[in-house]
Amino acid sequence: MWSYIVRRLLLGIPTLLGVTLIVFSLLHLAPGDPINAMLPPDAPQEVVEMIKEQMGFNKPLPVQYWRWLKRVAVGDLGNSIATRRPVLDDMREALGNTFILALSAAVLGFTLGVTLGTTAAFYQGRWLDKLASATAITGVSLPHYWVGILLIIVFSVELNWLPAMGMRSTIGESSLRDVARHMVLPTIALSLIPMGVIMRMARASVLEILSQEFVMTLRAKGLWSRTVTRHIVKNAAPPVLTLMGLQFGYLLGGSVLVETVFSWPGSGFLLNLSIFQRDIPVLQGVILVLAAFFVILNLFVDILHSVIDPRIRRT
Amino acid sequence: MERSIVGRVHGATFLLLMALVAMGMLPWLPTVEAQGRGGVLRIGMTAADIPYTGGQPDQGFEGFRFIGYQLYDPLVRWDLSQGEKLPAIVPALAESWEVKADDPTKWIFKLRRGVKFHDGTDFNADAVLWNWDAIKNKDAPQYDPRQAGQVAPRITVMKSWRKLDDYTVEFTTTRPSSFVPYQVVYIFYVSPTQWQKVGRDWQALAMNPAGTGAFKLARLVPRERAELEPNRDYWDKNRIPKAEKVILFPMPEVTTRLAALRTGQVDWIEVPAPDAIPSLRQAGFQIYLRPYPHNWTYTLNLTGPPWNDKLVRQAANYAVDRDGLCKSLLNETCIQAIGEVYPGHPWFGNPKVRYEYNPAKARELLKQAGYDGKTKRVKTSVLISTSGSGQMLPLPMNEFVQENFRDVGIDLELVTIEWNALTQRVRPGFQHADMAQFGAFNISYNFQEPQSAFVRFFHSTSVPPVGANRQPYLNPEVDRLIEAAESEFDLDKQNQLLAQVHEILVEDAPWIFIVHDLNPRAMSPKVKGFVQPQSWFVDLTLPWVDK
Repeated sequence: MWSYIVRRLLLGIPTLLGVTLIVFSLLHLAPGDPINAMLPPDAPQEVVEMIKEQMGFNKPLPVQYWRWLKRVAVGDLGNSIATRRPVLDDMREALGNTFILALSAAVLGFTLGVTLGTTAAFYQGRWLDKLASATAITGVSLPHYWVGILLIIVFSVELNWLPAMGMRSTIGESSLRDVARHMVLPTIALSLIPMGVIMRMARASVLEILSQEFVMTLRAKGLWSRTVTRHIVKNAAPPVLTLMGLQFGYLLGGSVLVETVFSWPGSGFLLNLSIFQRDIPVLQGVILVLAAFFVILNLFVDILHSVIDPRIRRT
Repeated sequence: MERSIVGRVHGATFLLLMALVAMGMLPWLPTVEAQGRGGVLRIGMTAADIPYTGGQPDQGFEGFRFIGYQLYDPLVRWDLSQGEKLPAIVPALAESWEVKADDPTKWIFKLRRGVKFHDGTDFNADAVLWNWDAIKNKDAPQYDPRQAGQVAPRITVMKSWRKLDDYTVEFTTTRPSSFVPYQVVYIFYVSPTQWQKVGRDWQALAMNPAGTGAFKLARLVPRERAELEPNRDYWDKNRIPKAEKVILFPMPEVTTRLAALRTGQVDWIEVPAPDAIPSLRQAGFQIYLRPYPHNWTYTLNLTGPPWNDKLVRQAANYAVDRDGLCKSLLNETCIQAIGEVYPGHPWFGNPKVRYEYNPAKARELLKQAGYDGKTKRVKTSVLISTSGSGQMLPLPMNEFVQENFRDVGIDLELVTIEWNALTQRVRPGFQHADMAQFGAFNISYNFQEPQSAFVRFFHSTSVPPVGANRQPYLNPEVDRLIEAAESEFDLDKQNQLLAQVHEILVEDAPWIFIVHDLNPRAMSPKVKGFVQPQSWFVDLTLPWVDK
């Protein structure tokens, strides 16, 4: 198992390198540049060149990339062009905020998804199945930024129950309750897609297991229904778990749209801002860390598979 | 038995939902905290980030509006305490100033005594010199190219500076220029001691700045909020802020700003969506609208056809239904632009040509220029952005103009690119090969002072890479009048000369003048004392919030 983990981690390095190379190339191929984003349009060319030199943007692209890689190797992601602060500082806060939101959306989305999916499978073809499936399709189909705006209009503007934006109150000291209150609407908006996706997978997976002969055998042997159900759920779990891992990865990536709609200061909000500011160090840093999350999450899910299902061996 | 597990999962879901309800869906206790005298004024800015707080701000004029003029003082400042007429330049850190009669390139500024930076150190001539070195002297240890880049286009005539005594500074200009007060009004003064104290680091200074302004920075959370508190020791006792605190939030999304205002999360938003204004009014919010030096315009490519023909340029100006644009599309948040500046402005003058909406006249002029509108139509293009600072609603507005043009025989292709890409692309001007293919670009401008209004766009020495005369517009008579205005130290006579420049520009039509924005702001009825000046800037010492 350990050799498998080490091998997978080593394989993650070229994946991350590939990601950084693609991101770096795309950022420099896109029109506009970071110096232009920070200065007035009529700033003298001489000053523009001086700032480029100061930040190393006057070097050939391969040289810039190589320098960046060398710094990353020692844990330095550089400084933000916009705030001048270390990228790590900016990212730490943003990723922490996204993690809080992602976790709450995952708990809500996964719980509802598994519940609805399992229910739908056990009641296949009946109205409960149809209702659960319709809910899942609705969750997947509705653009979550649109749902976000709708939630704001209903619960913030019309009913004035919940705040429309931010993570903390705009006045006074912030408390845990205050943050929780700000989390409700973005959590709901963000949980819809994972809820729908997990529901469909859970339903399909449970249905597949239900159709297998061993289930009939277990029932024929007179096992308690609870025991039979446990066997079904355990056998249906691996694909659902894989999907949960991926979905959680997406959630950790931060939804650019949901975080922007709710002004939630997470990684998605930071990415959106950095794109418009052409804040290349921040963009590269955030995407690198998010890609690393995906690699680690996938590994974690694979390991979890083998724990749940010993037939899947990791050597 | 299958139902039992399903039932249990349902139970878990129910508990989870109940927890969520308990967290947030129940009616919440009011979160209003004890507020000091004057209340807490919370502002939703259009900026995507908190502007730089360590000296010369970034984020364009929004940075000057909410950070620069609040945390810092210039030597002279705009008087923003009224809105009926254009703001005048009044003393600030300098008590008086004069140009030397025997050498008009020398300006003497007498500094105010007894002014202290927020860190308690004295403001004096050494501090002035240190700050100018920080933005102009590349060999100075405190030189910061990023701040230099922000202000360089605004201090074009400033050449050198020296101390005459502890409270007197002499500036030398590259040529005799009466525009000097309009240039030093953009430069802010940072405590040199504080810069040393934070490790000679401009980034660290942004977190702990020390200016001389009416507000101090109490708290900065990058990308989230900046909290300003009154400087109770401010040198101008008449301008001690009335609000207990001002909190600035970056909110680039208009829907977010609107929701934040409606839900009471902020008290003031910049630029509400025009279609939201009637309902905001109905709900009791205050809407402020007033002309200010803003022009939403097409900068034309004068290097070749069709726009090198004055008749075509005038025709296009007659073709735009400005009134319809402002009324039907923008809910009266703009007024017609029939020149660079608006009627009533001291530089408007008395142009011979007045561009009312007159499609018949536009067709007639085009016919004179050789375009019959049927077999031969004007075909051209304009680079536009999807959004951007001061760009209002660029997509529908440009489509409106495109329709107006089509009616008179001008086929206008809209070439849409992102704002940052647009500002970078137009920088070298139309004489550059990359830009020659386009007929115009759509970027809004300010005309706050003569340098911004005329010199940078219309003087022949401002052709890129030196300035922003990107068309380029070359007119010896305009050059002569601008130079005469610059060397005229009597303000009334200077205004008359600039009005003559404007009259020529209106007739020559190097731009298509479209609208002037009215600088819309929406505020809670609890906000009192605010004055909307005819300016890009505001005086935040005036408003307060009723508790």
